[in-house]
Amino acid sequence: MEYFLELSSSGLVRGSIYALIALGYTMVYGIIQLINFAHGEIYMIGAFVALIVSGVLTIYGFSGVSILILAGLIAVIYAAAYGYTLEKIAYRPLRNAPRLSPLISAIGMSLFLQNYVLLAQTPDFLPFPALIPDFDFMEPIAHIMGSAELVILVTSAVSMVALTVLIKYTRIGKAMRATQQDMTMARLVGVNVDNVISTTFIIGSVLAAIGGVLVGSYIGQINFYIGFMAGVKAFTAAVLGGIGNIPGAVLGAMVLGLTEAYAAGYISSAYEDVFAFGVLVLILILRPSGLLGKAVTQKV
Amino acid sequence: MRKSVIKKLVLVALLSMVVPATGFAADTIKIGVAGPHTGDLAPYGIPTMEAAKMVAEQVNAKGGVLGKQIEVIPMDDQCKPEIATNAATKLVSLDVDVVIGHVCSGATKAALGIYKEAGIIAVSPSATNPPLTQSGDYPNFYRTIAPDDDQGKLAAEFVTDKLGAKRIAILHDKGDYGKGFADFSKQFIEAGGKAEVVLFEGITPGAMDYSAVVQKVRREKADAVIFGGYHPEASKLVSQMKKKRMKIPFLGPDGVKGDGFLEIAGKNAEGVYATGPMDVSNLAVNQKAKADYVSKYGKEPGTFFDQGYAAMQTVLNAIKVSGGTEYAGLEKALKSSFVDTAVGKIKFDAKGDAEGVGFSVFQVQNGKFVELK
Repeated sequence: MEYFLELSSSGLVRGSIYALIALGYTMVYGIIQLINFAHGEIYMIGAFVALIVSGVLTIYGFSGVSILILAGLIAVIYAAAYGYTLEKIAYRPLRNAPRLSPLISAIGMSLFLQNYVLLAQTPDFLPFPALIPDFDFMEPIAHIMGSAELVILVTSAVSMVALTVLIKYTRIGKAMRATQQDMTMARLVGVNVDNVISTTFIIGSVLAAIGGVLVGSYIGQINFYIGFMAGVKAFTAAVLGGIGNIPGAVLGAMVLGLTEAYAAGYISSAYEDVFAFGVLVLILILRPSGLLGKAVTQKV
Repeated sequence: MRKSVIKKLVLVALLSMVVPATGFAADTIKIGVAGPHTGDLAPYGIPTMEAAKMVAEQVNAKGGVLGKQIEVIPMDDQCKPEIATNAATKLVSLDVDVVIGHVCSGATKAALGIYKEAGIIAVSPSATNPPLTQSGDYPNFYRTIAPDDDQGKLAAEFVTDKLGAKRIAILHDKGDYGKGFADFSKQFIEAGGKAEVVLFEGITPGAMDYSAVVQKVRREKADAVIFGGYHPEASKLVSQMKKKRMKIPFLGPDGVKGDGFLEIAGKNAEGVYATGPMDVSNLAVNQKAKADYVSKYGKEPGTFFDQGYAAMQTVLNAIKVSGGTEYAGLEKALKSSFVDTAVGKIKFDAKGDAEGVGFSVFQVQNGKFVELK
């Protein structure tokens, strides 16, 4: 039983990180039907910015939690700027082009950003400071769920609730839903569609950067390539849940994270990817539009 | 009429090529140095050739061995087995006395049969494939580097004997290098019979975290972990074991023993064990060889320089001790006479592996890898 809990905790932690990234994929897809392959790179850049900022702050004598919050904040701002610029440079000029063109553009941006970080920073792994402190009250169950894992789960949950509130109850949320349903009609009734799309990229990037900072301080190392695999997994999660559907992305991410953890724990960790993608294939055979993909009118 | 003139010319040309080659045979000792001297893998072959030439020059300057000058004959095999057989045939036809080489295991294996038939001894600086010596197929083969399975053997012995572990978990990164090390460790632990392997599992390099597999190690109640792979995964594993409050020893191969691991794992690296090639940089012979190289070429020597240097030293010593280049005499000398080489004081065992060469266990102490004696 304890083993099951240990694996579940590990799966949920992975799932929440996947979910933070998957939300960006699914929101962008919902609005402009584009798979933003450069999204994983935003996550990686978020982690790098946090690393640099925390290095600087450590020199100025800041302590653990304040570094985490400040570095996280700056990483989020940087990532938002990257997301905004990415859309403006690589996707907006192709808004009315055939669907394949922005897709190629996305792959190009992904490679560009990876190589940019590789050249500007380093091809090696870099140590990432453990910014999340060990809480005393977690010590008795640290072997099941540690402090870092708790912080990841709570932060992800809060981010997701905030996103839901934003989409359901704010003006911009309403505009996003309108744009998603019919871009032309939304424009006719006075919604500034360009702004809405930019905002969507910014929100997606913010979530990805939060994921990047959390993962960095959880596993303690980053390099320029971490965005690729995380991006592929998160994209899988988004498809699993029904791409374009926000609760679907979270559900898909959790299913994927837990599948990986149980597969590694009960079968073999050598095959965790095999099981992860096996589940994807199985679900797409049974439900081609993903777990929650049927609820087309609900998606944003 | 004209045809026969051409024939005669060809004959004359051929004769003129043969005569000088045999003419000096009695006056020099010919050492063939075979390995990749061109192509992608040339950086692995050229240092050995340079080392052999350096040793030869120094010995020749002092009057040679047994009054004869040493002649080094380089032969390129590009590390390709099919080219290696040609290279070996050519060296045999040039009547070399001993061969230093080859460098890659595959090429070495291809060439060894040819040397065996010709009764020529080959000393490789770098062919680490275990069966080359252990199979007994090539009694004419020697090497100045430890075979691949030595590291796994050392890891197994260290964990069972020194650490006293009874239940060992072995993880690997599924790659040739990592899984190879893991397989050898498992094989030697099982052969030793002092401990059991409770978990043998591959992990996915680049996965976000390894907490599930770390939990599995805990569930199996393992009392030591052996990991085959490189430092990024090793750092992730040790830091997650720490996060899960596991305090069992962790041992990796030489892919873990490096500054990269110390830097990334940070304070989690403390106490981690790693096997790695013995430290030879404080040996006087080694220091002199490197200093000579730097003053001659103006750069640091490349891969397998030490082993190539040592191979040449052992060969020349064997010729000196046995008083000639006869196969039986050389064999006896190689296996009985200790030589102070660039990789330590060595001789060869019955199978042709060097005794006194190999790996040590290191432990991270105060942020540095320290050799455990």
